[in-house]
Amino acid sequence: MKKSGAILLAILLLAIVGPWLSPNDYLTTNFDGILKPPGLSGAHLFGTDDLGRDLFVRTMLGIRVTLLVAVVASLVSLVIGVTYGAVAGYVGGRVDAVMMRFVDTLYALPFIFLVILLMVAFERNFLLIFVAIGAINWLDMARIVRGQTISLREREFVDAARLVGVSTAGIIFRHIAPNLLGIVVVYVTLTIPQAILVESFLSFLGLGIQEPQTSLGALVDAGVNQMEGASWTLLIPATLLALILLCFNFLGDALRDFFDARRAP
Amino acid sequence: MLRYTLLRLLGAIPTLLLVIVLAFLMVHAAPGGPFDDERALPAEVAEKIEEAYHLDEPLPQQFMRYLSGLVRGDLGPSYGYRDRTVDEVIGFGFPVSLQLGALAMLLALVVGVGCGTVAALRQDSLLDRAVMAFAMTGISIPVFVVAPVLVLLLAVKLQWLPAGWSGETGAARYFLPVITLALPQIAYIARLTRASMIDVLSSDFIRTARAQGLGTKAIIRHHALKPAMLPVLSYMGPAIAAILTGSVVVEEVFGIPGLGQFFVRAALNRDYTLVLGIVIFYAALIILLNLIVDILYGVIDPRVRQR
Repeated sequence: MKKSGAILLAILLLAIVGPWLSPNDYLTTNFDGILKPPGLSGAHLFGTDDLGRDLFVRTMLGIRVTLLVAVVASLVSLVIGVTYGAVAGYVGGRVDAVMMRFVDTLYALPFIFLVILLMVAFERNFLLIFVAIGAINWLDMARIVRGQTISLREREFVDAARLVGVSTAGIIFRHIAPNLLGIVVVYVTLTIPQAILVESFLSFLGLGIQEPQTSLGALVDAGVNQMEGASWTLLIPATLLALILLCFNFLGDALRDFFDARRAP
Repeated sequence: MLRYTLLRLLGAIPTLLLVIVLAFLMVHAAPGGPFDDERALPAEVAEKIEEAYHLDEPLPQQFMRYLSGLVRGDLGPSYGYRDRTVDEVIGFGFPVSLQLGALAMLLALVVGVGCGTVAALRQDSLLDRAVMAFAMTGISIPVFVVAPVLVLLLAVKLQWLPAGWSGETGAARYFLPVITLALPQIAYIARLTRASMIDVLSSDFIRTARAQGLGTKAIIRHHALKPAMLPVLSYMGPAIAAILTGSVVVEEVFGIPGLGQFFVRAALNRDYTLVLGIVIFYAALIILLNLIVDILYGVIDPRVRQR
C-alpha cells in the first residue's frame, strides 16, 4: 500500500515537473527527427513520434490529462452518488424503494456503448467526457452510501439533531455526510482506475481526447500504429498506464481492507 | 419457478425500453444532420434525402416508426453503407464476434475456476500468491494495452503466431484474440472462485464430509464446487458485457471483421443509424444474457426464488 502510493506520487510529480524541465514542448513537429529512439540526443528521453514531436513531454502531458479526467470524473460521481445514496437511505420507505429500483435498472444498461453514442452524437469535448464517465460510476457509490446511511440514521446524534429541529437536508449534509468519509475515500480510490479505463478506452478508439492534446490511451493508440518499427512508442505509454492502474487498484484494495474489516479476505 | 421467470422477464422490458429511448434521443439531439458534409448540398437534394429517411417528420413520429421497425426486427438502413441495411451489417459481423466471445468465455471459465480452486486449496502458499498477483495484473491492465503488447511480442518479434486475421486460415489466428479477450475475465473469475471456495471449504457441511473420510478431490467435485460457483455465475452478466466491450478493441487491433469493428468504424464515420442499431443490439443481447443468468441462478439456488 505504501509502495503503490509512493509510485503514484512519483509519477504525479514527474508529470507535473517533467515538461517544465524539458527543453522540448508537446506541439513542435520536426520532420528531420521522426521516430527517434529514446536517448539523450536532443533531450528526447522517450524518443520522438511519427511527426518528430518529443514523446517525453507528450507522455507527461498524457499522464496529466488522464489523471485530471479521472479525478474530476470521480468527483462528479462522488457528488451524485453521495447525494443520491444519502437521500435514499435517510428518507427510506417508498422513496428509497423507487430510487434504488431506478439504480437497479441503470445497472443493467450497457453504459459504455451509450457513452460511445454520446461521443459520436456530440462534439468530443473535455466536459462531456467528465459527465459521461461520472454518470457511469456513481451507481456503486450510491449503493454503498445508502447502506451506510441506513445504519447511521438510527444513531443517537441523528435523533438529537432532529430533536433540536435541524432540517432533513441539514441532517443529511451536516451530520450524515461527514460520517461517510472513510468509506467514500476508499471507493473514490477504486473509482479513479475505472474512470481512467473508460477515458483511455475512448481515446484509444479515437473518440476521447483529440489531437494535438493527448492522453495515455491516445498515446497507446498512436503507438499501435508505429510499433513494428518503433516499439517504444507503444511500450512506454502502455507500461505507464498499466503501472498507474495497478497502483490505484492495489491502493484501493488495501484501503478497503483497512476501513472495512468485514470485506477483508 | 414460473412466477420467478415471468417476473424477471417483465423486469427486463423497462430496461430495454430505456436504452432504446436514451439511444434514440442522443442520436437525434445531435447538432447537425447525418448528411452534413463539408460541401453544402443543394436545398432540393437535402430535402429529398430527408424525406427518403423520414427525417422531416416530428420526433415522436420518427420514434414510433423506428420502434415499430424494431419490433419486426428491422433496424433501418445504414447512412454510411448506402447499399446495406443495419440488419445486414449485424448479420455479417456478429457471427465472427460470437465465435470469439464464446471461445474467450469458455477459456475464462475453465482456467479461472481451475486457478481459483487450486489457489483456495493452498491458501497463502507461493502458488496462491502467484495466482493472486497474476489476477490483480489481469484486472488492472486494459485489453487495449494487452492486445498490442502481445502482438508486438509474440507476432512481430518472435513470429510464433499470426498478428492479423485476414489472409490467415486455421486455428492459429484465434489464439491471440481469444487469449487477450479472456485474460481479464480469467483474472476476475480466479479471484471470485478463490474467495468463495475458501468460504465454502470452511463451512460445516464440508467439515462433516471430511470427517466421513472423503478425499479432497471428491469433496471439491461433489460438495464444494456447486455452492462455490454461485458468485461466479452472478458475475457472468458483467463478464458478458466486458467481453463485448473488449471485442470492440480486440477486433480493431487484430483487424477482425466482426461487429465491434463495424461499430468503431460507424462511430468514427458518424453513421448514426448503424451506431444506434448496434448499441440497441448489444443492449438487447446483454439484457437477454443477464436474464438467462438470473433464471439459471434461480434454478440452481432455490433460496433466490423466494425473494
